Amino acid sequence: MGTNKKKITVMLVDDDIDFLTQTKIRLEASGYFVRTAESQKDGEKLLKEFTPDIALLDLMMENMDGGFALAYHIKRKDANIPVIIASGVTSETGIEFDAKTNEEKSWIKADAFLTKPIRFEQLEKEIMRLIK
Amino acid sequence: MFALKVLVVDDELGMRLGMKKSLARHKIQIPDIDEEISFDIKMAETGEEALELVKSFKPDVMLLDYKLPEMSGLEVLEEVTSEDSEMATIMVTAYASLETAVSAIKRGAFDFLAKPFEPKELRDVVEKAATNLILARQVKKLEREKRRVRFEFISVLAHELKAPINAIQGYLNIMMDKVLGENINDYDTMIQRSNVRIIGMKKMISDLLDLTKIESGQKKREVKNCQLKPIIERAIETAKPAADDKDITIKFKISEDIELQGDDSELEIIMNNLISNAVKYNKDNGNVDIDVQKTADLISISVADTGIGMSDEEQNRLFKEFSRITNDKTKNIEGSGLGLSILNKIVKLYNGKITVKSQPDKGTTFTVTLK
Repeated sequence: MGTNKKKITVMLVDDDIDFLTQTKIRLEASGYFVRTAESQKDGEKLLKEFTPDIALLDLMMENMDGGFALAYHIKRKDANIPVIIASGVTSETGIEFDAKTNEEKSWIKADAFLTKPIRFEQLEKEIMRLIK
Repeated sequence: MFALKVLVVDDELGMRLGMKKSLARHKIQIPDIDEEISFDIKMAETGEEALELVKSFKPDVMLLDYKLPEMSGLEVLEEVTSEDSEMATIMVTAYASLETAVSAIKRGAFDFLAKPFEPKELRDVVEKAATNLILARQVKKLEREKRRVRFEFISVLAHELKAPINAIQGYLNIMMDKVLGENINDYDTMIQRSNVRIIGMKKMISDLLDLTKIESGQKKREVKNCQLKPIIERAIETAKPAADDKDITIKFKISEDIELQGDDSELEIIMNNLISNAVKYNKDNGNVDIDVQKTADLISISVADTGIGMSDEEQNRLFKEFSRITNDKTKNIEGSGLGLSILNKIVKLYNGKITVKSQPDKGTTFTVTLK
């Protein structure tokens, strides 16, 4: 738990309150500062209040592509904020969401995709990779 | 209108053209199918040519001459039936004998036609083959659809059951790693949430058992004279704790006790479902009004709430299994997504109907009519 980590603020948006609670507890225990929202709409409001260092967003909330929409808002605010999209969509439907082509990358403003259920170690590794 | 593809195989030009002419302008009608069916005809002179066309033209019906030069009709038949094709072959033969017919049918022919024949005979036998073929395809299509629905149901179910388990496991892991330290009190919310998820899962499993029991007809029905009033009163009693939590008033109006032929437990499920929904999706300090009316041939029970209501689009999805209306207003309300499916299935047993009237933020009224 280095003191330098304390400064890192994670924005966490997910309509699954259990996932939200658990990830928040884990991140806080690892020394991150966490702000949460339970919907895309609340996420947009939260974004007006502060600027996170990194964001972890659920893909499907009240809208099918809520995570992508939020990612777009974040990147518009500051293109350097890394965004991780977390989704259970792959394991549920077999559809893989990943930005492969340049065209996809140009409109999907995410830096990483994680498939739920997410192991916390994996999430932390991803955050550290993107934040430095 | 659609066209059924017919392949005419005969080495005699006159025969080929004769058969083509008999069928070309003919149209048939098949029971249960609205469309009129015409024929799209191609001809082949030899067995080899026929086999080529079977591959490229993919006929639905083949009129196959028994006696062909070189490759015989029977050999052609053997070739095509060894392939996995849905084509119906009608053997056409001048040597009409029982044996040839039997041997052709044994080798997979659908029927046979003896030369010489009248155009009507030809049309009749083709019509029979076409009807058979199309109905068989319909059955297959329905079976495929049934399998698909079943599969979809199972995969959604698996997901719905896995989600709470993942959540509970997440909490247990946090406790196991003692992320919040040694004091058990610090884990209260996690224990509570785990419990909420377990209760939800249990409710889903029992709903699912009810649903399968009703669907498979295993649920024994005990149809007798039922008094509606005590059943509704019991359902109100069941919903009372949840209603009290939100200060909801449940009012119940019934002019006289109404009797109907039915099964007590089924009527209880109907009432529990309607009333618990009206409480669950209501606002604090809201009302639930239960009204029962009897007319000459039906009983109508309506349960109105003053709750969050639904948009038209949401109402359309209402009766689909596991389809829960998820929005900001419902995200903290637990439900299996099976309640209304169960309700629908039971109401059908009474030749009844469920209707919904709803306005967002004003409330919803469910009306069930029973016969």
